[in-house]
Amino acid sequence: MLLDLRFPMGLLFVALGALLTGYGLFGDQAVYAASLGINVNLWTGLGILLFGALMLAGGWRAMEKQKSEDRRAH
Amino acid sequence: MSLHPIDYAIIGLYFAFVLGIGWALKRFMKTSLDFFESGRSLAAWITALAFISANLGAQEVIGMAASGAKYGIMTSHFYWVGAIPAMIFVGVFMMPFYYGSRAHSVPEYLRLRFDEKTRALNAVSFAVMTVFSSGISMYVMGRLFQLLLGWDVNVSIVVAAAAVLVYILLGGLTSSIYNEVVQFFLIVFGFLPLVFLGVMGAGGWSGVEARLATVATDAGFAAGAWTESWRHMGSPSENPMGIDWVGMVGGLGFAMSFGYWCTDFLVIQRAMAARSMNAARRTPILAAIPKMFMPFIVILPGMVALAVLPTEAMQFNGQTDYNMVMPMMLQKYYPPGLLGLGLTALFASFMSGMAGNVTAFNTVWTYDIYKPYIKSDASDAHYMKVGRHATVFGTILSVATAYVAMNFGNINDLLQLVFSFINAPLFATFLLGMFWARCTANGAFWGLLSGILACAAHYLLTGVGTAGPGPLHAYASDMARNFWGAFIAWIVCFVVTIAVSLVTKPRALDDLKGLVYSMTPRVQEGPLPWYNRPAVLAVIVAVMALALNVVFW
Repeated sequence: MLLDLRFPMGLLFVALGALLTGYGLFGDQAVYAASLGINVNLWTGLGILLFGALMLAGGWRAMEKQKSEDRRAH
Repeated sequence: MSLHPIDYAIIGLYFAFVLGIGWALKRFMKTSLDFFESGRSLAAWITALAFISANLGAQEVIGMAASGAKYGIMTSHFYWVGAIPAMIFVGVFMMPFYYGSRAHSVPEYLRLRFDEKTRALNAVSFAVMTVFSSGISMYVMGRLFQLLLGWDVNVSIVVAAAAVLVYILLGGLTSSIYNEVVQFFLIVFGFLPLVFLGVMGAGGWSGVEARLATVATDAGFAAGAWTESWRHMGSPSENPMGIDWVGMVGGLGFAMSFGYWCTDFLVIQRAMAARSMNAARRTPILAAIPKMFMPFIVILPGMVALAVLPTEAMQFNGQTDYNMVMPMMLQKYYPPGLLGLGLTALFASFMSGMAGNVTAFNTVWTYDIYKPYIKSDASDAHYMKVGRHATVFGTILSVATAYVAMNFGNINDLLQLVFSFINAPLFATFLLGMFWARCTANGAFWGLLSGILACAAHYLLTGVGTAGPGPLHAYASDMARNFWGAFIAWIVCFVVTIAVSLVTKPRALDDLKGLVYSMTPRVQEGPLPWYNRPAVLAVIVAVMALALNVVFW
């Protein structure tokens, strides 16, 4: 069985999302003058975080399903 | 423009990840099947995203935004009349032959169906083309980071090329495909906020339309020339691309797009790595769904740039150069943090485009050039080693080409030119080969060769504009000339192939099982839910693409 892409990809996007969200929350708020006053780091970060979490959840569900199928086969 | 620590952190995280994927997949690379074909074991959603991502290189992201600014919404024809119908066609009708025959590659299919010389012609021209594309990709990246961040061209090229080289050497095609999927999402997340901010900054879609109307009337066209995709195609003089609908549909929509999406091993290789025939057939069709929305991410920023950036922003060394519109937009709207993500998305696009070319190159080199002509009876381990060596020298050749590419202006036009020479006639060869059992090997070879020569002759005999009209005809733009060149090459190949086939001896029908439509049993799919049936998906995708054409008519 090959490595399920959803785990490494989920991890990357959770990490990227957390970085952006954290920077959006605690970083300098003056930088958002360029982005029309919108805290784009926060919103994009949250979106990416959610996407990463969904990938991890999908990978984890597939792994559980595979495990129970293996158990039935024995 | 300067970067903050957060931007470096994001770029660094991404580089660590791509190398980590290669390292994690290393233990799965046991045979040449794993290295060159991912063991034919991947899920359809993965191969589908890799299918479009491998093509989403620098020329796509930078070139499409540049064309968006230069030609407006007509650029989306590359997707809505070009890529989508071709992707549906390859999935429904052609994939059974690619995946079902014992071929490892597209050139190898040509050997099974025709003969050695047709394969050699295709393998060599394809190998040259992959090196060309990945070299252009690298050059664009190096130049871009130099203009934007002041990074040394040589350093950016070497760092990105080294990263790609390492992850392919470690994890083969699987590594390339996995990274392509991640790169696809990075490109979407990295550029989507830009589209949103750009359109908002211009005062919504109506604001964009209003400002582009001024651009269009200033250039001497009707007000909607930049924002309406079909209305101004009655004659070449009515639109900025300088082409009428016949050249558009026949050249781009038919010859060029089908030539690329249905025969280019770079993308077909992704589908052939799928875990089953059904997954392979669904690959291009599923890929068409995100593909048809890509214009909003790669073309729209270029159009918006024309509305929100001052014209001086597009002047470099006294000339108008649209290749910088995408990075200029990033610079205008992105704060630190998101800027790091946007630059990572640019890196990702360069790397996916390059990795796609390198993996296709090492496979074609190993199976279609080295194995038949240099050493044919070596062990599997030997061919895997050859594949790894090919990865290294393919990368080195690409770097060399990157320096050659520095002499040309609009990269997209240049790439279309190369594709029109090589790909456009090829689709005629495959169409006749797959669906006409009478088509012979000599017919295919001479047809293909005359198609390529016709394209070259057309290029030599015509010119663009008033600056350098050719002896026979002057087109309004480079793009119009390329489209017509492709169309003519296709027709010449089609006619010559048929003519030569009719006077040469056909192969016994029994030899053509699995290679020709009439001699191959239909794919039996058994009971499948509707969303797993290629034909049903194809109809849904076609209706969606039609709707987009109508909405932006």
